[in-house]
Amino acid sequence: MKFGIVVFPGSNCDRDMQDSLQNDLNQEVVMLWHKDKDLSMFSTEDCIVLPGGFSYGDYLRCGAIARFSPMMESVIAFANKGGKVLGVCNGFQILCESHLLPGALLRNANQKFICKNVYLTGVGGSGLKIPIAHGEGRYFADEKTLDALEANGQVIYRYCDENGNITAEANPNGAIRNIAGISNKEGNVFGMMPHPERATSAILGNTDGRAILNSLLINAAVTI
Amino acid sequence: MTYTVQVKVMPLKDLLDPQGKAVMGGLSNLGLQGVADVRIGKNISMQIDAATADEAKAIAEEAAKKLLANPVMEQYEISVN
Repeated sequence: MKFGIVVFPGSNCDRDMQDSLQNDLNQEVVMLWHKDKDLSMFSTEDCIVLPGGFSYGDYLRCGAIARFSPMMESVIAFANKGGKVLGVCNGFQILCESHLLPGALLRNANQKFICKNVYLTGVGGSGLKIPIAHGEGRYFADEKTLDALEANGQVIYRYCDENGNITAEANPNGAIRNIAGISNKEGNVFGMMPHPERATSAILGNTDGRAILNSLLINAAVTI
Repeated sequence: MTYTVQVKVMPLKDLLDPQGKAVMGGLSNLGLQGVADVRIGKNISMQIDAATADEAKAIAEEAAKKLLANPVMEQYEISVN
């Protein structure tokens, strides 16, 4: 498989994602510009990544303007065909604004931009240490949507403590039901607030992100 | 003719508004009494060319629905002048 990483004006984790996938995980990566729309070099076995950052300055709402960029039109069509799409941080916000994933990301409950390591449980393991860096990461959806997400196994990551216990204290931003990441019903679109690409290099002291990118995408035997 | 259309976007009532909460803390530090709640939204002003006020409102309605407000977290009101 190969990866395409979309660069929006204001993306700032695109090169981190490229470095992680290419150099740490040995994957083929193509960088994509938001003003282009050609995804013909990708098959549905490939994955388009929407990286973190502040696309379009976070104007109006995080991810709201990016949704209408030419490349996003193609990404939405690609996802609807069954192609894999991963959104990290601002990418997750864009996926929610694009209606490829349900719900929305609200301003953190504690009024702070939070930049630190947290622990996750979900696809790839439990107690995975992964960095977060966001001001608007409080996942929210109505009760009916949340029940459907859980019933379909679409909650792919929750905030937990070091030992994998899902507790209120381990929830950094007030996300409803400790949700850190979800997938769509079909299991080909994934969104998460934490940054696995910042935790794949041994030289940086944390490789827990490898388990996430490997089990979610690279070595995913079956869709979720 | 050109109509001035305002779209007022507010966070849904049931949702915590941390920005409003922070401003309320500031107001209380100022020594102001009696402020029981603060919520912060946006006011979006547009100049819309349309034949009638209803047509201008319909255009604003579409803008609000598709981009200006997110119904998962916000509600909106439109007024035409």
